Amino acid sequence: MPIPLTPKRIESIKFGILSPREIRRMSVTKIITADTYDDDGFPIEMGLMDPRLGVIDPGLRCKTCGQKAGECPGHFGHIELAAPVIHVGYAKVIKKLLESTCRKCGRLNLREEEKKRFLEQIRTRKEMDLPYDDIINRVFKEAKKEKVCVHCGEEQKEIILEKPTTFYEGEHRLTPTDVRERLERIPDDDLEVIGMDPENARPEWMVLTVLPVPPVTMRPSITLESGQRSEDDLTHKLVDIIRINQRFQENREAGAPQLIIEDLWELLQYHVTTYLDNEVSGVPPARHRSGRPLKTLAQRLKGKEGRFRGSLSGKRVNFSARTVISPDPCLRISEVGVPLEVAKELTVPIYVTPRNIDECREYVRRGPDNHPGANYVKRPDGRRVKITENNKEELAEMLAPGWIVERQLKDGDIVLFNRQPSLHRMSIMAHEVRVLPYKTFRLNPTVCPPYNADFDGDEMNLHVPQTEEARAEARILMHIQENILSPRFGGPIIGGIHDYITGLYLLTRKNILFSEEETMELVRNLDLRALPDPCEIKNGRRYWSGKQIFSLTLPKELNLRYQAEICRGCEICKEENCEYDAFVVIKDGELICGTIDEKGIGAFKGKILDAIVKKFGSEVASKFLDDVTRLAIRSIMHFGFSFGIDDEDIPREARRQIADVIKKAEERVARLIEAYVNGELEPLPGRTIEETVELKIMQELAKARDMAGEIAGRYLGPDNSAVVMAVSGARGSMLNLTQMAACVGQQSVRGERINRGYHGRTLPHFKIGDLGARARGFVSRSYKDGLSPTEFFFHAIGGREGLVDTAVRTSQSGYLQRRLINALQDLEVKYDGTVRDARGTIVQFVYGEDGIDPARSDYGKSINVKEIVSEILGEGGDGK
Amino acid sequence: MKKFKLMEHELVPLHIVLSEEEKEEVLKRFGVREHQLPKIKVTDPVIKEIGAKKGDVVMIIRKSPTAGESVTYRYVIE
Repeated sequence: MPIPLTPKRIESIKFGILSPREIRRMSVTKIITADTYDDDGFPIEMGLMDPRLGVIDPGLRCKTCGQKAGECPGHFGHIELAAPVIHVGYAKVIKKLLESTCRKCGRLNLREEEKKRFLEQIRTRKEMDLPYDDIINRVFKEAKKEKVCVHCGEEQKEIILEKPTTFYEGEHRLTPTDVRERLERIPDDDLEVIGMDPENARPEWMVLTVLPVPPVTMRPSITLESGQRSEDDLTHKLVDIIRINQRFQENREAGAPQLIIEDLWELLQYHVTTYLDNEVSGVPPARHRSGRPLKTLAQRLKGKEGRFRGSLSGKRVNFSARTVISPDPCLRISEVGVPLEVAKELTVPIYVTPRNIDECREYVRRGPDNHPGANYVKRPDGRRVKITENNKEELAEMLAPGWIVERQLKDGDIVLFNRQPSLHRMSIMAHEVRVLPYKTFRLNPTVCPPYNADFDGDEMNLHVPQTEEARAEARILMHIQENILSPRFGGPIIGGIHDYITGLYLLTRKNILFSEEETMELVRNLDLRALPDPCEIKNGRRYWSGKQIFSLTLPKELNLRYQAEICRGCEICKEENCEYDAFVVIKDGELICGTIDEKGIGAFKGKILDAIVKKFGSEVASKFLDDVTRLAIRSIMHFGFSFGIDDEDIPREARRQIADVIKKAEERVARLIEAYVNGELEPLPGRTIEETVELKIMQELAKARDMAGEIAGRYLGPDNSAVVMAVSGARGSMLNLTQMAACVGQQSVRGERINRGYHGRTLPHFKIGDLGARARGFVSRSYKDGLSPTEFFFHAIGGREGLVDTAVRTSQSGYLQRRLINALQDLEVKYDGTVRDARGTIVQFVYGEDGIDPARSDYGKSINVKEIVSEILGEGGDGK
Repeated sequence: MKKFKLMEHELVPLHIVLSEEEKEEVLKRFGVREHQLPKIKVTDPVIKEIGAKKGDVVMIIRKSPTAGESVTYRYVIE
């Protein structure tokens, strides 16, 4: 059958149960022998590998349809079962049916008027296209209630389903034959009330009398290297079924005792059950000779590697690579370092034209081992020829326009780079290739935030677009520099992290002067023609300030004013005259005052970055990022930056002060407890006395820790590495620092002090009812000091809660995200600005009601009037 | 007791029934058929209040956190 060129629209899908008649009708042969191949290796007729069931060997033709392997879809056969067998998947439905119908007359055990009422309800629901399974459940419930048949007066007995497939009526056991007979008695008219369609699903079809045998194409046998044939799991299972079926028949014909017959019947039921589903509870799974459980029908469909999730929703692709990532600050932000070995394997198809034929010849001539060469050529007739050492010269000569050369990846090629989980569009971005030695993908650390990547062993994927359209789309829409601004919050998501921030902070804070040599060293990676005028000349030597050097990377027309991350939030901002140098003013691309920190160039926060992308475009921003990161690295290397255990050392005096603060806090806590015990405590509004004392204690201890941190911070000084990182926003916080150097503080579970454990106490080290700071999880020591055994235990309790929280949150938010994506996936913003679904139905008349692309908005707002005003006045920003 | 005035409630945006010509204009502007518009039931209190009938299109003008004021249209169904 030729495949039609136009895709067909699916009008409707109907589900039903295969009837024995239909199974026989679609069958091409009855299967009677359990044998597969004869001694000569030919398939046996009417065996499980009957040639009419389809072809799997290449070169042979199907006996039914005459097509070759790959074209022939295969054809079903059937097995006539010697006795009916319950289908495991329907056991529950069968039970409900038996319970709700009369054991004698087979009619639904409901009065006519009741039946009519239910029927009406179902029909209205059907008309409105609404689900009606709740009504059906009510039908079953009502019908089951009647103890006597309302039609014939027969007394009903209790039906018990002994999982998975055995039915009892009271004490008496029902054979599948009995069950089938009863189901046959249910009249068609009653079925609609039960939600079944007698045309497509008669209840007795749920008890199998004929078993379809799937075509060989869905259970191919494999020929091992030793020449031995290895059959598919399904074939093995079918062999079992046929064997038992035969034995059953023989025994019955020979008039074997009832007991043996019953045993064989049960065995047949077992084999059919496991053939359908090998993971039914209460049934030992059928095993392979090696002891491995067989993968039968249900197992093929179910789960992550099953047909739905594994084969239909998920597919594997060619022209892709995956390896560990590592950082390389020397790369441009839009580049990705690709290992030579990967570059030699991945190819880009080049269409040979008269204009590029010489270039293509050169690639072919270089062959597969000589990067950048070519691995394959494709002739105009569609044949793919592998290029080898032997045929490369010959192929290069034969090359002509119309051929395709599969050239190896080389510098400048555009590729897609991705890290899972791909939660937002910035998880897959286009980079330019840089072929590099060694075995990892390399990327500039500034692009870590959008991928959420680090280098503790993360792996990433790389895909090579194969068509011109795909490459163009990648360049225009997915390129790194087009994604500096995130549509999530309308600010930069790519930007300085860690050392970049530290580096620029060290460079621009205070007014550090650099000699000519130092300045040259710092700017050597920038594309500069000349240095600006020095800001100071001492002893005939020229000096430049860090701010001047930083300004070299800024576009000349940039004007900006904002409060830096280090801003202490004074009540009245002194702006330019800030004593902490925390007010940044950039005028005509010159950093007049202020210190560059996370709020300047950091990912998510970077104001300067944000302003440059929005005012000068992504090209300039990309260049700025390249320059500024190189400068930052030079700067941090110039100053030198390290952090070690002795950076947490604080002088004896500080330790004394901290101990004092904590001691006083503990005393205050003790007094609070005393007041509470004596009943002198005034409860806070809306709280019990217990809550009040807890709250006050927590406040007291939190205050103590903060004070301890303050003392530690004071003695560590602003040049301490940890302080530099915390203040500039590069990494860590003052709280981290406090915990390391001064005092870890109160450990908590669910926002309360730790109060679980033994009766009335947390640990046996304390007295029952002790509410003191230490007995309830206050850790007075710092990580540097080391925790006492009880403190350590409390810390482990608090830490565990954090771990559980993150585990629960990630799974929950992941599922939430999945549902959102599935719900929104085919909504589209059309050219007229409306949001429509796949059927053209309008969802929003203007996207977001204001028609603003959030990626191009100002932190989510469409316009910032103040900014525009100050822009025109040449001030640069509103200073916020 | 005075009747509760639905249309005067702060959370009820302004609903206007469009005339046949206006309706055609809207449909033409967005290049859609009636059923491709968002829908509203005739039993909706606002629709009852303004007396729109099945097949009408109502214009709704409401406050929007992003755009200040936004205009949408709904097709009245039974």
